[in-house]
Amino acid sequence: MAYPANYKYTKEHEWIDVQGTTGIVGITDYAQDSLGDIVYVDLPKVDDALEAGKSFGSVESVKAVSDLYAPVSGKVTAANEELKDAPEKINTDANTTWLIKIELADATQLDALLSAADYEKFISEETGK
Amino acid sequence: MAETATELRKTALNAVHRAAKAKMVDFGGWDMPVDCCGLIAEHMAVRTGVGVFDVSHMGDIQLRGPGSLAAVQRLCMNDASKLSAGQAQYSAMLYPNGTFVDDVVVHKLSDNDFLIVINAGTREKDVQWVRSQIGHMPGVHMNDFSDYYTQLAIQGPRAAETLQKLTPVDLSTIKNYWFTWGQVCGLYNVMIARTGYTGEDGFEIYIPSDEPTSARVWNEVLEAGKEFGILPCGLGARNTLRLEAGMALYGHEISDTINVFEAGLGRYAKLDKPEFVGREALLAIQAEGGPKRKLVGLEMIERGIGRDGYPIFSLDGTRIGEITSGSPAPFLKKNIALAYVPVEYTALDTEVAVEIRNQKVKAKVVPLPFYKRLKK
Repeated sequence: MAYPANYKYTKEHEWIDVQGTTGIVGITDYAQDSLGDIVYVDLPKVDDALEAGKSFGSVESVKAVSDLYAPVSGKVTAANEELKDAPEKINTDANTTWLIKIELADATQLDALLSAADYEKFISEETGK
Repeated sequence: MAETATELRKTALNAVHRAAKAKMVDFGGWDMPVDCCGLIAEHMAVRTGVGVFDVSHMGDIQLRGPGSLAAVQRLCMNDASKLSAGQAQYSAMLYPNGTFVDDVVVHKLSDNDFLIVINAGTREKDVQWVRSQIGHMPGVHMNDFSDYYTQLAIQGPRAAETLQKLTPVDLSTIKNYWFTWGQVCGLYNVMIARTGYTGEDGFEIYIPSDEPTSARVWNEVLEAGKEFGILPCGLGARNTLRLEAGMALYGHEISDTINVFEAGLGRYAKLDKPEFVGREALLAIQAEGGPKRKLVGLEMIERGIGRDGYPIFSLDGTRIGEITSGSPAPFLKKNIALAYVPVEYTALDTEVAVEIRNQKVKAKVVPLPFYKRLKK
């Protein structure tokens, strides 16, 4: 599975797709594959303020819970309500199934995130292959 | 990733699982498949069709000789004298205080020959325990056959049809919790038991543990079950299946700090049979009016998934217990859990709160098992 080159990535396996001053956030294909069948997503409310690196919600598979970490700081402008009833969409296509949209507070925070190539290198080191 | 200090143990099918790209985990020191083709799909295959599990990590202790029945009777709480040759029973080995060494399945091979199937994570402890308990008993010899068998569990409503293609033995003559020996995939004298840990009909077969034979039989089972949608299943589905069926797992619902009555397994403890390890303690607990806490089934009634280790509170905010196993139930499509709570909270429909990541989420006590198959 390819990791879109125009996204930025965190070491906690979130991606962010920046469009203007809005960041669209999801979890990576590696994350969905590690979790297995996703059955529950807990997301923040619109207007919640997120802080880069802090937990903003969780994703649960049948066997595990995984925290979600904000790639950047900002205010939540939308949460993907569709995932309440169809969380398995994340398994089907992690790259395009978004969780939340954030109004970026500080675009320079993006510089601290990984490129697609760096993220792939990071997970290959993490899986020890 | 950090180097693992100790090498994980592998079943004879390890290479087969890895080649099939199963997700592997460390389970009690064993490198085992947890997810072969999606936990929910595997779970549903077993409930509605058939699935096959590699359970070779389970241990097998044989007790032989004229003193073997006496040894089994002393070691295990159920009454093995009631067994006929070819019959199996759920039982448990207890410590003198009435808590669990392990839960086991006792198979009576013949009058002087018993096979006790034990859990993987407790293998060494169990073998030590049996040795220490029977050391002074006359006429009994113990063999640890754990590494001798590859054990496959073929489970689900289509399990019999699947296995029937591979054996001349008429499987319809084997009743639940009975077993026989016969030819399977051309191998002679394979033990075929109508047992399992999924809440479904099914069989467990014990074949030689060399890699080529194990791989050949595994593949032949998959081929035979193809028309019924068979899936290879991992420990993830094994756990959710046994949880729906309300079955105990060592280290969760039963352990060396939980006694038989608390675990709701009193019906398997035959207090009227002669002395067995743990009997005095169980009689004393009974004389004191029974256990103070009990295992209950919980169903989440608000949104949230209670999981292993999550604390339980009464609705007025007092901490009263803990979940031992909790998960979404793929077939029932509910979030369920097993938990220990004080007896005053065990009545059906009692509402409690599960603390899920700092939030109290309501659940209620429901009957066990959560899932019961319709018997034909």
